[in-house]
Amino acid sequence: MISLGHYLVLGAILFSISIAGIIINRKNMIVLLMAIELMLLAVNMNFVAFSRYLDDVSGQIFVFFILTVAAAEAAIGLAILVVLFRSRRTINVAELDTLKH
Amino acid sequence: MTLEAVLFYAFAAVTVAAALGVILVRNSVHAVLLLVLTFFSAACLWLLLRAEFLAVTLVLVYVGAVMVLFLFVVMMLDVKYESLRVGFVRFVPLALLVSGVMAAELIAVLGARARMARAAPATDMASAAGVGNTELLGMALFERFLLPFEIAAVILTVGIIAAVALTLRVSGGARFQSAAEQVAVRKEDRVRIVQVPSVVAAHADGAEGNGAPRGDERHQVPGVPEQKA
Repeated sequence: MISLGHYLVLGAILFSISIAGIIINRKNMIVLLMAIELMLLAVNMNFVAFSRYLDDVSGQIFVFFILTVAAAEAAIGLAILVVLFRSRRTINVAELDTLKH
Repeated sequence: MTLEAVLFYAFAAVTVAAALGVILVRNSVHAVLLLVLTFFSAACLWLLLRAEFLAVTLVLVYVGAVMVLFLFVVMMLDVKYESLRVGFVRFVPLALLVSGVMAAELIAVLGARARMARAAPATDMASAAGVGNTELLGMALFERFLLPFEIAAVILTVGIIAAVALTLRVSGGARFQSAAEQVAVRKEDRVRIVQVPSVVAAHADGAEGNGAPRGDERHQVPGVPEQKA
């Protein structure tokens, strides 16, 4: 029988994978954005599982709003990425240190 | 093992494997496609959790729109991905340490036996209410969560405007039609009457008759003083 713990552990594993992805791909901004999407998926997985096992529809509503915000975030993030590439010809995060100087 | 358990483990394995692929593969296009696989198997898991509407939304919105947007950007930008993987191996121990500890902590807390080993209710909310999952969500969304729903719409609008405003380039080459200017145009603006001297016409006739003029030949045009080369 699949319990709530199974889904929560799956969410935890997905979240840890995306944390590892952020650390090892810290130069590539596209993979960073994808790791953030993965993180949101892990959170959504927990919400849906709680909604099912605690018998409350609010969890699914919350996932609905997270999907909305994540879609807007992805659109704006990619727009920033495109503008950045146009002006700097790079998406290497290590080279984006203009504010330091 | 019941069928549900088999399906859960299969989908969970695919999800985790694809997520690992996203962060490890060398090619960014492959990473995007693996992320699509991750989302798709997560949607299958949500179907197991009887969240049909959200599962379909995940596939439609994420796989259909957001991931295609990612794919566009990855393919459009001419990025040298090799230079972005410098130090990849150097960060792996740190990544393993952080994510390993984090996963262990989360699993220790979340997977704790007593509270979390609860079984799912036999009938889900939608069946209990005698409606479908989408109808149940819709009733909650438009009654209890009406204001957040409107705010979500505003956020999406802001997202559209921000994305367009960021990437819009007002180029000088764009042509627009101005009806007012077209109506207000006068004959003097368009037609310019030029008095062509007949001497030049004669010159053109001569050039036509002789074929292409040679370099050393000088066409003596009467009335026009010869110019020094």
